[in-house]
Amino acid sequence: MTHPTPAQTGITPGETAEQHAHFEARIARGEKIEAGDWMPAEYRRQLIRMISQHAHSEVVGMLPEGEWITRAPSLRRKTILMAKVQDEAGHGQYLYHAAETLGATREDMLQALLSGKAKYSSIFNYPTHSWADVGMIGWLVDGAAIKNQTMLAGCSYGPYSRAMVRICSEETFHHKQGKEMIVAYAQGTPQQRAMAQDALNRWWWPAMMMLGPHDADSPNSGVLTRWGIKLKSNDEVRQEFINEHVPELLEAGLTIPDPDLHQDEHGNWRHGPIHWDEFWAVIRGEQGLNKERLGARQAAHDDGAWVRDALQAYTDRQRAVAAD
Amino acid sequence: MTTTPTELTDTQTQALLLKLTVLADDEIILAHRNGEWTGHAPILEEDIALANIAQDELGHAGLYLSLAQTLGGSDPDRVAFWRGPDDYLNTRLVELPKGDWAFTMVRQFLYDTSEALWLEAATRSTYAPLAEIAAKAVREEKFHVQHTALWVERLALGTPESERRTQAALTELWPHAAQLFQPVEGEAELTASGILPDLNAVHARWSDLVTRHLVDRCGLTLPDAPATQPGRDTHTEHLAPLLEEMQRVARQHPDAEVW
Repeated sequence: MTHPTPAQTGITPGETAEQHAHFEARIARGEKIEAGDWMPAEYRRQLIRMISQHAHSEVVGMLPEGEWITRAPSLRRKTILMAKVQDEAGHGQYLYHAAETLGATREDMLQALLSGKAKYSSIFNYPTHSWADVGMIGWLVDGAAIKNQTMLAGCSYGPYSRAMVRICSEETFHHKQGKEMIVAYAQGTPQQRAMAQDALNRWWWPAMMMLGPHDADSPNSGVLTRWGIKLKSNDEVRQEFINEHVPELLEAGLTIPDPDLHQDEHGNWRHGPIHWDEFWAVIRGEQGLNKERLGARQAAHDDGAWVRDALQAYTDRQRAVAAD
Repeated sequence: MTTTPTELTDTQTQALLLKLTVLADDEIILAHRNGEWTGHAPILEEDIALANIAQDELGHAGLYLSLAQTLGGSDPDRVAFWRGPDDYLNTRLVELPKGDWAFTMVRQFLYDTSEALWLEAATRSTYAPLAEIAAKAVREEKFHVQHTALWVERLALGTPESERRTQAALTELWPHAAQLFQPVEGEAELTASGILPDLNAVHARWSDLVTRHLVDRCGLTLPDAPATQPGRDTHTEHLAPLLEEMQRVARQHPDAEVW
């Protein structure tokens, strides 16, 4: 006979039923759990996993678009893109801080990323082939992220929830600039239009998949829902994303690469089958640019080691002088 | 006393157009080099800070080129994306590859200090549109100077390795810095009429400021600068590939009207 694991029950040996009842009653009352409060070890573990994964996604997410900063075709676009990638660094920073409130350290989280132990959103392992990808990422990838993050802004852990509120307001600008760009190209020269359509063809399905597996196949959902971390299912969030984006993409005059896409009697847009094999292959790093992305992070980390050493040495010296 | 655009003579207008282009070119090229760091900086906080500085630089370029446009210059994107290396008038200082973090920070310090001092003087320009731009840009530039001066200090006084790298960067960059103070054709007349700052005076203040920081505070050694500088119309081999990359997308779409 196998015993249920803490991941399934949420109860770690040493924790009492009273502690859990009290904790779950707080969540039921809609209270936020704060850093110093008692929380189940499994709640802490799941949050560190999710928040650090989210932080890593922001940091790795700087790379696919960052490649285009040096090629942006106007001064305005170059400034906007730099501001956007800068925001992603800022989001990484807030989220690492949110995870630190649970006892994780940035150094450990970074090591977990570089060693491949921690995951990040596999959407960032897709290559960016053209300038229009920058717009499509803003419109679809950030659009999907906003749906997920708006849900997380209501989550039970205070520091994560507040980080999400701030991140969502910046993501809204990212989404807007991406949409503005693609709508302009869809009405631009035939060449610009083709570039926008090609970007949609490549990013539509990855954006759909980034909202996670179907509910029946989502291993972590049970306990996350019970503790108010995850307030909606993957499929519910995906439906919100589709309902918002399909009419807008169609209005822009673009063709969505899903022959089965249709609106049902309730007004919901229904998509055709998703090819999850590709999703899992990208997650496992068998497809996409996993090696390149982690390689770029590793290179930045290694090349920056002497700089961080210098900062530490300088700070130590200043402290020693101040102490004298 | 302020001068309105209509009061500029043709010669003054041409000289001012040239000066604004020179200023914008330095900003565009340096912002490009700094943009190469975004996502690859030694610490996350610096991905944020340097991207911010680069955005300010692009913003300043936009201010200069928009003013140039009112004087008969071309559309700013036309100027940035459709001129080749023979027409760019940036200094060699800003076009050199980004190098290591010490190289980037020393370059930024040399550049930011010169820009901050020039802008501060330009706030007193008798040509109101320029004085207004300078007043706006100088506020940002003061933050850049604070940030890069502190970085240079931390690196110069950090570890033996960081000190060695910082000195190596200064040794390589210093000979190029004087190009920042080369006047454009017709600049003397603009200075005489109070439209542009006295570049020699700015240069003297800059030399004093950077010597105090780099030598007295950070313990670095200033190498000898060459007696003469090449003109801004001659470049190193690094500018052409930079522009090729920067202008690639824009030039693939010659008919595009909107970006």
